[in-house]
Amino acid sequence: MRRHLLSAADLTREDATLVLDTAEELARVSRAATVKKLPTLRGRTVVNLFFEDSTRTRTSFELAAKRLSADVLNFSAKGSSVSKGETLKDTALTLEAMGSDAVVCRHSWSGAPANLSRWVRGSVVNAGDGTHEHPTQALLDAFTMRRRLGRVEGLRVTIVGDVLHSRVARSNVLLLHTLGAEVTLVAPPTLLPVGVGSWPTAVSYDLDAVLPTSDVVMMLRVQRERMSPTGERATAYFPSAREYARRYGLDVRRAQALPEAAVVMHPGPMVRGMEIAPEVADGARSTVQEQVANGVSVRMAVLYLLLGGAVPAIGAPVEATA
Amino acid sequence: MTAWLLKDVRPYGEDAVDVRLVDGRIAEVGPDLSDGAGRVLDGRGGVLLPGLVDLHTHLREPGREDAETVETGTLAAALGGFTAVHAMANTDPVADTAGVVEQVWRLGRDAGHCDVAPVGAVTIGLRGESMAELGTMADSAARVRVFSDDGRCVSDAGLMRRALEYVKAFDGVIAQHAQEPRLTVGAQMNEGVTSSMLGLTGWPAVAEEAVIARDCLLTAHVGSRLHVCHVSTAGSVELIRWAKSKGWDVTAEVTPHHLVLTDDLASTYDPVFKVNPPLRTAADVEALRAGLADGTIDVVATDHAPHALEDKEAEWGAALPGMTGLETALAVVVQTMVEPGRLTWRQVAERLSATPARIGRLPDHGRPLAVGEPANVVLVDPGACWTVDPRASASRSRNTPFAGRELPSRVVATFLRGTPTVLDGAPAPREP
Repeated sequence: MRRHLLSAADLTREDATLVLDTAEELARVSRAATVKKLPTLRGRTVVNLFFEDSTRTRTSFELAAKRLSADVLNFSAKGSSVSKGETLKDTALTLEAMGSDAVVCRHSWSGAPANLSRWVRGSVVNAGDGTHEHPTQALLDAFTMRRRLGRVEGLRVTIVGDVLHSRVARSNVLLLHTLGAEVTLVAPPTLLPVGVGSWPTAVSYDLDAVLPTSDVVMMLRVQRERMSPTGERATAYFPSAREYARRYGLDVRRAQALPEAAVVMHPGPMVRGMEIAPEVADGARSTVQEQVANGVSVRMAVLYLLLGGAVPAIGAPVEATA
Repeated sequence: MTAWLLKDVRPYGEDAVDVRLVDGRIAEVGPDLSDGAGRVLDGRGGVLLPGLVDLHTHLREPGREDAETVETGTLAAALGGFTAVHAMANTDPVADTAGVVEQVWRLGRDAGHCDVAPVGAVTIGLRGESMAELGTMADSAARVRVFSDDGRCVSDAGLMRRALEYVKAFDGVIAQHAQEPRLTVGAQMNEGVTSSMLGLTGWPAVAEEAVIARDCLLTAHVGSRLHVCHVSTAGSVELIRWAKSKGWDVTAEVTPHHLVLTDDLASTYDPVFKVNPPLRTAADVEALRAGLADGTIDVVATDHAPHALEDKEAEWGAALPGMTGLETALAVVVQTMVEPGRLTWRQVAERLSATPARIGRLPDHGRPLAVGEPANVVLVDPGACWTVDPRASASRSRNTPFAGRELPSRVVATFLRGTPTVLDGAPAPREP
């Protein structure tokens, strides 16, 4: 694996499989142990550098690092670094001076973790940058698919919603392609990027047509501000939440069109009643809760592999006296 | 009397002759001129061109003297072979009054590296709301003829029409930064395959082309003069070709960086490649080269846009757009146009000197290399090869997108009214 995880494209098929296998192993060990902590990253420092609010992702990374016995620093700088007065570079140099081994970075600007990686010696993990990528989300989604359906290769995965602004979609498209799944994007044309034709996916505007042949349907969050991006309605991406839900929402009726074994995924946070009906979100097909739990295992695997944890260290739970 | 004898130089890359400069004029051209009084420069068969004229330079003074000053910017210009630059109006305060344009003009005269022709803002504060006092700037000591809100588009069609009409009274030209603001809200890079993968908001070609089409029609309607700044798309070239075929007085420029760099460079997220208009695709680059070769695009203009380090060492979205270009412009043109045989040196002189001087109405620049003409000339070693080193730049800023690249041809000497501003590729010592 490369030193940083900035994009799902950084992962070869072998890398991705290694992460998923390692996550599986770490999950098994954690389950078996009475104490959930492993000593693997003892003495190493992981910094959670969050320029954007994200309780879910930050706590997931924090828990992952702590379960590997790393020291965790939460460095939160809400809003852009510019509005805060300190540049990203200064922040990077500060972290460098503190001797961090890995920086987990969430930022509202696409590419900020890539910039950061040029200023720090440790590994950088992209925890979501602007509308670019969120590679660990894609890994945990693939992990979830593999657990539920036994494989990723050959699965027909339909990703529905605001692809244009979704870092989850970008990372999933790349990783699922690497792992051999067939991806179809479904969205109103306004929420698909120009140039999507060059992506390794199929594209459809018609959710109903795609659902019967989907093994996985992944619903993306649709942010309400998309209806008035610059504070006015003229450049809205769609006319109303009601119309969006009618055409692209996964309601109970639509979910019935899915094949028997198909699963419904959502990276959260959900807008219930908009892109997904509560009955579907909480139904038996839904993997929403598992995705959260799997996120910790996958992030443990990523930190473990990037920080070069020795393989034999897995399976040796931390000693009670440690 | 100041006199220089340039021995063994090839005007327009043609036959080698000697050229004598006396008291600011070309005094003699011919084979084996006698040394006479004054100094001698051995041209070693280098190419002699009329001094280059830039229609599009940001000198940043007043306001951002940490990024560039008139002194440092014009020195960089001289080192790049320029004897005149047009200083864009988006300074702080904006060059929208006679006071500011005269200040910039005077700073240029005092620095003495090259002539500075200030560009006046079209609208007060570049706000696009009401016309600045264009006539007063035209009548000032700075003799402004080029007006531009560059950095921003004069997007209001009614205001653009009025400005085009109004400048006819003093032979002015509106240099339009063509960018429909409603189509480029939050735009970060060319909209296409690369932007979709990088998650950077797209700046679509149509946002440039729609404004160019409108402005060409307005120019025809009111019978005025339009200059299109930094054309960046294949579609824009087509539109300008069409407007010219109608006989309308529309001219256009292309930057050196749009002649060679493409939008995939954004994939490193290194903001040194962030520029407005953005880098486009390889197909656009080819259309721009073809347009420059066939004369659809009249001029190469640098859009030299120096930025302080902190404005470039940032996230892509937070970084300011722009690249330096004065010291690399000619070399890029040689690499992309001369070496592949798409422009002769005579055409280079036209695109980088005669035509921009004519558009900017600078009577003493862009003149032929002939006896009696002003001695604004540049000597180029076409065989030289050099590696761009940002730290070696005379500009106060370091944001060149060509860092580390090998470029052909080097400016050996630049003469402004017979006085060297550059000798041996370095700033010339001041003559007493």
